[in-house]
Amino acid sequence: MKDIAELLRHHPFAEGLDEDTMALIAGCAKNVVRQPGDYFFREGAAADSFYLVRHGAVALEAFVPGRGTFTFLTIKAGEILGADWLIPPYRSSFDARAIELTRAISFDGKCLRDKCEADPRVGYEMMKRFIPPLLKRLQSARMQALGMYDAANA
Amino acid sequence: MPQTLKACATLPHPMAPIMTPVTRFIRESEEVFTFDLAPEQVAPFMPGQFNMLYAFGVGEIPISISGDSHAPERLTHTIRAVGPVSAALGKLKAGDRVGLRGPFGVGWPIQEYKGFDVLLIAGGIGLAPLRPVIYWLLRHRAAYGRVGVLYGARTPDDLIFRAELEEWRRTPDFQLGVAVERAGPEWTGDVGYVTPLLSKLRFDPADTVAMICGPEVMFRATALALEDAGIADSRIFVSMERNMKCAIGHCGHCQFGPHFICKDGPVHPYDRVRNLLSYREL
Repeated sequence: MKDIAELLRHHPFAEGLDEDTMALIAGCAKNVVRQPGDYFFREGAAADSFYLVRHGAVALEAFVPGRGTFTFLTIKAGEILGADWLIPPYRSSFDARAIELTRAISFDGKCLRDKCEADPRVGYEMMKRFIPPLLKRLQSARMQALGMYDAANA
Repeated sequence: MPQTLKACATLPHPMAPIMTPVTRFIRESEEVFTFDLAPEQVAPFMPGQFNMLYAFGVGEIPISISGDSHAPERLTHTIRAVGPVSAALGKLKAGDRVGLRGPFGVGWPIQEYKGFDVLLIAGGIGLAPLRPVIYWLLRHRAAYGRVGVLYGARTPDDLIFRAELEEWRRTPDFQLGVAVERAGPEWTGDVGYVTPLLSKLRFDPADTVAMICGPEVMFRATALALEDAGIADSRIFVSMERNMKCAIGHCGHCQFGPHFICKDGPVHPYDRVRNLLSYREL
C-alpha cells in the first residue's frame, strides 16, 4: 500500500514541493474513499478538512427550497476540494457529494493551519497552491453568474 | 475570389430573398430549434458561412448554417428564439416557406489547417455554427491531427444536438468535453465554466488551430485561456455576429473598425479583432 507522501507526490498540488515540506504536510493527511452518493461534507457543518481528489468526481451542490438541489461545480481528479477550512468560522458553505467512486487525500485543516503558523515558509507554499485554483474558480463563477451563454439575437 | 463572392455568384441577386420551403423542423430545447430548407438553387457553402433568413412580415436575420457542407441541397439552420424574427421562425413547420439569401461570409479556415490538431470550443447556440466543422473533420479525419470539442451550456436541458453529442462521445480519436453552468443531481457530467476542460484535452499547442463560437464575453475569455495554453492568437478563430443587415458589406451596419463582419467574417482570426474588441463604442 502506498504511503500518504507517495500518494501526495503524484498529485498536481504537490508539484515542486520539497521533500521536507511534503513529509511535514503528509503528517496531517490520510487516504479516504467515498462511494457514489456519499458526502465529503455538508453545508453548515464544520470545515475541518480539505481534500486532494486523486480519482473520481465530486459535485458541489446547493439546495434551493422549492427548486431542489443544484450542482454548480464538479471537482475531478487532480483538483482541490474544500476551502472553508482556511478562514474562520471554518464552516462548509455547500455540499460536496461524490458522483463516482472517489479517492482523495484528506487533510486535517487545523493540523495544517498550525504547521503553517509555525513555519511561514510552509504557509507560503500552501498559499501558492491554493490561490491559483481558487482564483480560477472565482473567475469561472463570475462567467457563470453573467449567464455568458445567453447570446443576444434578433 | 473570396468565398463570399463565389457563393453569391451562384444566386440571381444577393439582395433578393428566394422563397424556400421548410422540409423538416426539430425542437432541440425549449428555446432552440433546427429546420432544414430545400433551396431551389443549390449553392455550395463552407462551414461557418451564414444565410439571411426572412420571416415574412417580421424581418430578416443572419443565421449560420449548422448542417453538412457536403450536402448543400439540405440547408440546416439552428436558431435560438430570443427576438421577434427568431421567434417567428420558431413557429414554422414543414411545408412553410421562408425568404433565403446566401450563403454569405468567410467560414472557418478548416482547409488551410490540414495536418493540425483542431480544437473547437462552443458556448450555447455557438455549437450550431461549429457543427459543420465537426462533420467536415469526421469526413476527413485522416487529414487532421487530434480533435477536441468543448461545449458549454446553461443547463443539461439547454444542450443541443444531444443524440450527436452521444455519438461523438463514442467516436474513437475524438475528444469531447461538455460542461453546464448548473445542473440537478441527476447530471453526472461536468458543471462549471467550459475553459477549465481545456486541461483535459490532448493537443500540441504549436500545431493547433482553435475555433471558438459563442457570445463575445465567452470567446474573449476562451481565447485568453487558449493563449495561456500556448496557442498563438493568429491560429485562434472566432465567429462574430453583430448587426448584420445586407450581408454583402454594402450597408455598413456591421462595420467593426476597418472590417465588415458580414463579408470579412463572420469568422475572424483573433489577432485581427482582439484589440478592436476592447472598444465598447464599436
